[in-house]
Amino acid sequence: MKEILSGNEAIARGAYEAGVRVACAYPGTPSTEILENIIRYREINSSWAPNEKVALEVGIGSSFAGARSIVTMKHVGVNVAADPLFTLSYTGVGVNGGLVLVTADDPELHSSQNEQDNRNYAKFAKVPMLEPSDSQECLAFTKLAFEISEKYDTPVMLRTTTRISHSKSVVELGQRQGDLPEPKLVRNAPKYVMLPGNARGRHYVVEDRMVKLGQDGCSMPINRTEMRSTSMGIITAGVSYQYVREVLPEASVLKLGMVHPLPMELIREFASKVDKLYVVEELDPFIEEQVKAAGIAVTGKEILSICGELTPGRIRRGFGLPEQEPVAPEKLPGRPPNMCPGCPHRGVFYSLNKLKAYVTGDIGCYTLGFMPPLSAMDTCICMGASIGMATGAVKVLPPEEQKKVVAVIGDSTFLHTGVNGLMDMVYNKGAATVIILDNRITAMTGRQDNPASGHTLMDDPTNAVDLHMLCKAIGVKHVRGVNPHDLDECQKAIAEEMERPETSVIITNQPCVLIKREGVFVKGGTLAVEPDSCSGCRACLKIGCPAIEWVGTPGEKKGKAHIDPLLCNGCEVCRQLCKFNAIQEAK
Amino acid sequence: MSDKITNILLVGVGGQGILLAAEVLSETCMLAGFDVKKSEIHGMSQRGGSVVSHVRYGKEVFSPIVPEGEADILFGFELMESYRSLPLLKEGAAVIANDLCIPPPSVLMGQESYPADLAGKISARFPDFLLVDGQQLAIEAGNARAANIVLLGAVSKRMHIEEKFWLESIEKMVPKKALEVNLKAFQVGRSLS
Repeated sequence: MKEILSGNEAIARGAYEAGVRVACAYPGTPSTEILENIIRYREINSSWAPNEKVALEVGIGSSFAGARSIVTMKHVGVNVAADPLFTLSYTGVGVNGGLVLVTADDPELHSSQNEQDNRNYAKFAKVPMLEPSDSQECLAFTKLAFEISEKYDTPVMLRTTTRISHSKSVVELGQRQGDLPEPKLVRNAPKYVMLPGNARGRHYVVEDRMVKLGQDGCSMPINRTEMRSTSMGIITAGVSYQYVREVLPEASVLKLGMVHPLPMELIREFASKVDKLYVVEELDPFIEEQVKAAGIAVTGKEILSICGELTPGRIRRGFGLPEQEPVAPEKLPGRPPNMCPGCPHRGVFYSLNKLKAYVTGDIGCYTLGFMPPLSAMDTCICMGASIGMATGAVKVLPPEEQKKVVAVIGDSTFLHTGVNGLMDMVYNKGAATVIILDNRITAMTGRQDNPASGHTLMDDPTNAVDLHMLCKAIGVKHVRGVNPHDLDECQKAIAEEMERPETSVIITNQPCVLIKREGVFVKGGTLAVEPDSCSGCRACLKIGCPAIEWVGTPGEKKGKAHIDPLLCNGCEVCRQLCKFNAIQEAK
Repeated sequence: MSDKITNILLVGVGGQGILLAAEVLSETCMLAGFDVKKSEIHGMSQRGGSVVSHVRYGKEVFSPIVPEGEADILFGFELMESYRSLPLLKEGAAVIANDLCIPPPSVLMGQESYPADLAGKISARFPDFLLVDGQQLAIEAGNARAANIVLLGAVSKRMHIEEKFWLESIEKMVPKKALEVNLKAFQVGRSLS
């Protein structure tokens, strides 16, 4: 049967067909939909973990117990999971328990804080990496990855990029493999207890494995030579293969399905058959440097940028091919993403702006608090960084400036890696204010449940972490809740806690407006501007709500506000800003 | 089947039903026996930002994204986003645009103006231009939210694919309770010339 599937859907399908029993992840664009699709297959135990390190450890546990397991994350998630990954490379996987780690990279930073090339992790951690170039290969390579994992006793990384994960193409589906042995306990301490005495010996096993994989890769069908004109030969992989076929249809191609370890003898053979050799790869010169180190002349980053994703046009330019005359784009108003109408983060950032706080921010929808007119975020580095950074800043700032430091973090991000930062702040007597924006969901990636939301990925009701009690247990003496839609309350609470020379935590109590689960988000009454009362002072525009529009004559300062009744969620934040009582419930 | 690939860009603002329209479009192409690829960006763009979806079909499609300057059909859900995408079109491309302006944040706040007479500017550059009042026609078909399918009906006239594949695809992709309205909306769009 044929279906049009995204790369992520095809990986989910591939995991199902491979007989996977356990799937675990922390959501992150562009990887999130893999787990969201895996839950269609009820044979697979699928779950969200609080972070990527835990997700991988869950996968390792089920692999060692003899079950095929898949763990998925975005590229920066592998930074969090790197600790178990590097030693998992030494232990190898469980008997019949193949383990595949999917890393979804994001060239062009469509939705990320950096553009790291995770092929480097395969080399660094000494594990094989497969890289599919369309959805059919996503399915096939996922299945193959489990075979390689068990045959060579190694975790296997499967690398996608945004253009693979989020592109759809036609896929032929197969059946679930049903003949896999049942999981059972297998004890093998010398292999699985990585104390120095055991690990020293395992390192030799790892090095031998990678040499063997490099040799065997020369005859793997996924590393494929396509001979056409011999004047130009191109080594490529992933989505770049598709662009090469599009732009340079006559060129011979060595398409690599396994990008680590490289099948160097196959590359040498291909190089000998063509007049000029190129590598076309996104981001780092990963293949190129190794080919050059093997003494093979090749052109790569001399003509293609290390920064940004490749496109057919960028490859055309790199190879000096004629292009359609580009039309200069006209300057138009931009359309950046924005917080939703009624978003509970808006009141907090409005207050932080008023209080001139120095805000160490974090990763989530609320990072949009950086944008004007709220303009109330000063830093954003990685998941969970806000709290540790606040501690560090307070250590060195003069007393008057110490008070300005406020860490802002979402509920899911707090449980991901922020909680450790809070332990440190209390333990080492840091005196900053922490605001946990508890909207009861992991919103930015599309509303995923988390340990504080009360539901699992499989939609079963479960325990919800009590954030107040957690902070208290860590030792925070001053924990208070606020309604972020009440601007006076919100601003007063933040101002008081900023003055306090001790660690304090404020937890907001309004849910994300996108939560569909019944009884969580309740829409308020729609508001409207009474034109006769509106003075045109623009105070209500200072919260940047997409439901409020300025209606004026172009070129003139005068005008009035208008609320779009279809967009308004009735949070009443704008109403509190209007000194003329012009904003009332719509009639 | 010729080797020619047809390139379609769907552009607009998050929440306008662009992704569903792109799904129906690509499903139709597959049912009609073509190879098809579709690409778009999720994530940050969902929060009211610009959305661009690429659909390519033909005998064998390689790149999932439309090469710059090679789009044959622009399927625009919002006027400024349609106008913004013109540099991606081939000379002589067909433009089917929804007659709708959604002001971006800077315009909402009164800092910038929404550009004037975009429909006129688009038709001056691309004479094969059809402006559709998607919202009004969708209301007439029974539901304002079916504007995306009205527009899809108009686009379908530019693609040489039998009507039965369109209907089969809509039946498969659209939720049951909204099917009747959407089939009607499709026909309303398809009857526009």
